[in-house]
Amino acid sequence: MAEELLYLGLNDLHVALGGKMVPFAGYSMPVQYPAGVMKEHLHTRAAAGLFDVSHMGQVILRPKGAYADTARAFEALMPVDVLGVKPGRQRYGLFTNAEGGILDDLMFANRGDHIFVVVNAACKHADIAHMTAHLSGVCEVIPVTDRALLALQGPQAETALARLVPEVAAMKFMDVGVFGDIWVSRSGYTGEDGFEISLPMTQAEGFARKLLDMPEVLPIGLGARDSLRLEAGLCLYGHDIDTTTSPVEAGLTWAIQKARRTGGEREGGFPGAARILRELAEGPARCRVGLRPEGRAPMREHTALFAGDTALGEITSGGFGPSVEAPIAMGYVPAAHAEIGTKLEGEVRGKRMPVTVAAMPFQPTTYKR
Amino acid sequence: MKFTKEHEWLRVEGDLVVVGITEHAATALGDVVFVELPEIETQVAEGDEVSVIESVKAASDILAPVDGEIVAVNEKLTDNPSLVNEDPLGAGWFFKMKLDDLSVLDQFMDEDEYNELIA
Repeated sequence: MAEELLYLGLNDLHVALGGKMVPFAGYSMPVQYPAGVMKEHLHTRAAAGLFDVSHMGQVILRPKGAYADTARAFEALMPVDVLGVKPGRQRYGLFTNAEGGILDDLMFANRGDHIFVVVNAACKHADIAHMTAHLSGVCEVIPVTDRALLALQGPQAETALARLVPEVAAMKFMDVGVFGDIWVSRSGYTGEDGFEISLPMTQAEGFARKLLDMPEVLPIGLGARDSLRLEAGLCLYGHDIDTTTSPVEAGLTWAIQKARRTGGEREGGFPGAARILRELAEGPARCRVGLRPEGRAPMREHTALFAGDTALGEITSGGFGPSVEAPIAMGYVPAAHAEIGTKLEGEVRGKRMPVTVAAMPFQPTTYKR
Repeated sequence: MKFTKEHEWLRVEGDLVVVGITEHAATALGDVVFVELPEIETQVAEGDEVSVIESVKAASDILAPVDGEIVAVNEKLTDNPSLVNEDPLGAGWFFKMKLDDLSVLDQFMDEDEYNELIA
């Protein structure tokens, strides 16, 4: 029997806004509003889009002793430099398994006396169990269940949010701030400048309505969230990365800081280190690449990729990029076929169609560094 | 104008039938970004997948509503697929078919019956 669908705290607002609700990661979520995916996407890149991402997992790691002990224990779960993250700063992280695959990707922030973690909705129960199993000796693992999580993204996000929380104007990309009950990070999942805002569920609808009343802001559904992140070259867990892909294959080597690499101050010591450090040194057997299909026909997830008669792999995310005005995709191919400009073929409805390995992001990012 | 259960419309134009998708279908598909049109001068049978629509969300097949010959396609959709959303019953038509006998269209729904189906 299917598990019962969960409803977001802002469900009534989504319905009132005309959101088309669909099941996603166990939640009834708005896939689009009346404007539609294309307009929502373009509006986010031109002005500001408001996303309800309250389905994601928010977790506090509250040290029982020194902060550094919690940071060090958390670091043992990821190929990431956690100790080096300064107070008020956030970083991208990945839980790896013993085989070097990815259990989930996440954001974590040093909030002075504790760590705040945001994980994917579909993985949150497993992540909380994983953290509880490995970190309970040094910290309390506290799921935050009484707060909504909103994202405000786009070039006018700062103007809009600063009317309600003036302090955000001074923040830079990947800064985090606590302003009373409102927790803000300057980050997101669209390639645009913008913010993620955690706030008590009891305040969320009023806050969201204030933003939506501003001329810059439109509500944005999951459909545009996907096309925006795809244009930005960002991975979607369960599609572009999973337990079978290593961070190196996935091209996420930028997330593995020097301190954790061979020769670094705290090299290795994370699950799957043998494979991940070897791949860093020797290069991975296959790579996640950006792909540009020729013409206008999208190549979607699971489209098989070929070089001549040789099957190479498949597309893991693909669709039409409204800002790029062309189909775009990402997928895995052997390293020998991963160079930018390499001509491959994708099989669409039984026909082989030309597709070229391309640089990502497809759309330039506009983070405020 | 006649309507099929697959949310296509059929309009008689002289001895030809023009085929497109309904407004209901266009709205459900979302923004159309690509249309693959059939080749002209091909014989098709009812239910054949003759055309493909890709929206921002997904790909959908357009089926031949009846047996016949494809005699014209709407080339404008190749460069401007959004016509399907803007004017599904007019400028967003897909193809024209030549039938042996137009009376086969009698089996399809009229507008009232179709509106009842989608209500």
